[in-house]
Amino acid sequence: MNDSAVIDAPQASPQETNSCFARFVDVQKSYDGVELVVKGFNLDIQSGEFVTLLGPSGSGKTTCLMMMAGFETPTHGEILLKGKPISGLPPHKRGIGMVFQNYALFPHMTVAENLAFPLEVRHLSKAEVQQKVDRALAMVRLEGFGSRRPAQLSGGQQQRVALARALVFEPELVLMDEPLGALDKNLREEMQYEIKRIHASLGVTMIYVTHDQTEALTMSDRIAVFNDGVVQQLATPETLYESPDNAFVATFIGENNRLMGEVVERLDERCEVRLDSGERVIAKPVAVGGAGSRTTLSLRPERVALIADDGDAERYDNRFPAIVKEVIYLGDHLRTRLELCGNDEFIIKTPNAEGHPSLRPGQSVTVGWTWQDCRALDA
Amino acid sequence: MSQSPATPLTTADGVPLKVSLRRAVRRSKLKALLLASPLLAFLLIAFVMPIVDMLWRSVDNPEVSTHLSRTVQALQGWDGESLPEEPVFAALVADLREGKEARNLGLLSSRLNYEKSGMRSTISRTARRLRTVEPPYREALIAVNDTWGELDTWKLIQREAVPYTLSYYLAAVDRQFGPDGEIVKVPEYLEIHVELFWRTFWMSAVITALTLLLGYPIAYLLATLPLRHSNLLMILVLLPFWTSLLVRTTTWIAILQSQGVLNDMMVAIGLIADEARWQMIHNKIGTIVAMTHILLPFMILPLYSVMKTIPPSYMRAARSLGGKPLLSFRRVYFPLTIPGIAAGGILVFILAIGYYITPALVGGQSGRFITNYIAYHMQTSLNWGLAAAIASILLAVVVVFYLVFNRLIGVDKVKLG
Repeated sequence: MNDSAVIDAPQASPQETNSCFARFVDVQKSYDGVELVVKGFNLDIQSGEFVTLLGPSGSGKTTCLMMMAGFETPTHGEILLKGKPISGLPPHKRGIGMVFQNYALFPHMTVAENLAFPLEVRHLSKAEVQQKVDRALAMVRLEGFGSRRPAQLSGGQQQRVALARALVFEPELVLMDEPLGALDKNLREEMQYEIKRIHASLGVTMIYVTHDQTEALTMSDRIAVFNDGVVQQLATPETLYESPDNAFVATFIGENNRLMGEVVERLDERCEVRLDSGERVIAKPVAVGGAGSRTTLSLRPERVALIADDGDAERYDNRFPAIVKEVIYLGDHLRTRLELCGNDEFIIKTPNAEGHPSLRPGQSVTVGWTWQDCRALDA
Repeated sequence: MSQSPATPLTTADGVPLKVSLRRAVRRSKLKALLLASPLLAFLLIAFVMPIVDMLWRSVDNPEVSTHLSRTVQALQGWDGESLPEEPVFAALVADLREGKEARNLGLLSSRLNYEKSGMRSTISRTARRLRTVEPPYREALIAVNDTWGELDTWKLIQREAVPYTLSYYLAAVDRQFGPDGEIVKVPEYLEIHVELFWRTFWMSAVITALTLLLGYPIAYLLATLPLRHSNLLMILVLLPFWTSLLVRTTTWIAILQSQGVLNDMMVAIGLIADEARWQMIHNKIGTIVAMTHILLPFMILPLYSVMKTIPPSYMRAARSLGGKPLLSFRRVYFPLTIPGIAAGGILVFILAIGYYITPALVGGQSGRFITNYIAYHMQTSLNWGLAAAIASILLAVVVVFYLVFNRLIGVDKVKLG
């Protein structure tokens, strides 16, 4: 069931094999010869694309990145770069820029020496090195910081230097291994835009690893959601969020209400599900079998509406009474926890708009949602 | 702000906060001092006082001025151009008589004998004949022993009448005062210390280099292997630490001696002929091999503690940036281990130049260190002043190395494990 869901998934971009810049073909990796950390990873990356490998820790995403960089070898399968297999190529001959989790700036060298390192090992002339280092520093807006040591820079500045160093020798592919993990929230957001800007201006291909879904959604052209060594879904951020293929993706990307139930009747484009608490819900079948199969209904909190008593109730195919348990004020929106259909973890988000109904814990309300927003996924 | 910044902060009972804080800090400092006081007392008695005593002994020079006080006084104003006049000889006779009574001429005679060989017998012979000596003493003493007729003897007495002398330090570097107070080399057949100093230094340097060569890869493995393997390796490194120094040294005798394990094996496989067994012990090779083995942990541990702090991502970064493995090592990893190399190097070198037991046991004649001569002067020749001077020179070398190290690297970088 799971597999068929993956195969049925709409592909976000055309997969023209011959124009592929980098490819993972059926790559497997095992460290101990018993357990597979990566199980059959396939990914085609177009030139200039920003692809994110997203997943919880231990899902195999960093391993995939390390195999691309050449620090790990696949136990099965092949990795191709511009059509050529690179498994036999040592890291220093791959010409791939890489930004490490803790930046890995050489502490005994100045910023300028750090940036000059990849150029000097390529035997560029002194003038060329100087010119490229200056340009790279300007690109990350750190002019005048060349003579400092990494330890004298803030976390954000170190991050910029690491980025500049990975780009200074003009690689066509840049790998980033959770590069913003050590930064605080504001700086992280700033750097996300910075990286996006650089990506757009240089046109390099980037493979980015993160466990932060917001980061992935903000920056990526396409996201591969990893779990348990398998890509659960590979799609654009919008598709991932709006139409997740399975329950893992739905839960991992964004906030999500889950209702467990059983399919009663399945029609072409909609199905009827009986929840474990007895209520019936009309949903959109995405990854379910026929009548009688178990399913998880996935519903985004912002797609659930509070229904006022005046007439627009008919817009919603599903309407249920609920009791307000908790209201959290978040400035631009309100996050309300409800008890609905025997589930007291049901979350709705309502914009803090003019004239929004004020809710109090204990209050009875009616909520509703359309069948299109309620996706019936694997159990 | 309700309180203006000018108003001093006070505690609840009105004491200014600053005073109160200072008092609390002082109290805790006092407590710390009390806790450390047993160790401080021990260090003072067993470490600081012996060093001060050694430094003092290396320049202390009481013998002539106390045991020949009358002579020294009579010699004041002597021009040194011709033999002293009768009063000086009379004073000498009086001094020697008193010394003979008190039975302490030995100290005087050996002290003078360090500077002018033959003085011991001159003084003892003169002392024996004192009863028969009659004025005029000048002729009488010269008749007893013509050393008293030499100008140099009197110059020596006059020179050594000062309470402090540099002659022990001169002796420690194979120099002495000439008859007129100029510094000259000792006769070639007496030269020993300078060669021993150099040997101690260059052999210590070789030992330091060998421990670095052998220890660097091991420290690297210790820092990079998975914990399970590195723990086992660490035990292997530390095992020598837990074994008696004497056992380790004598084991090398069993292995390296001409009828030893190594020679036997090489003869057995036909590498060397039975009658041409290698001499690998009781010479420089023996000292270097045994001391390299014994001092190896002191190189490995500081190296390891530095390497442990170098994340593997540095080498990965270097390689991803296009550095070949060797170049990445040379430009990135190696420079980061320099504090460890310096710390291990200084530790091993300082320990090596002060090592005594191992060179004494396996060094033979040619593999001996200057420390063995300190022991010789302490125990056999009983020239403690010279022993103290040699030891003080060693101490000075160690202090200089320490200061240079601290200036270049910083002592806070030294960690063991």
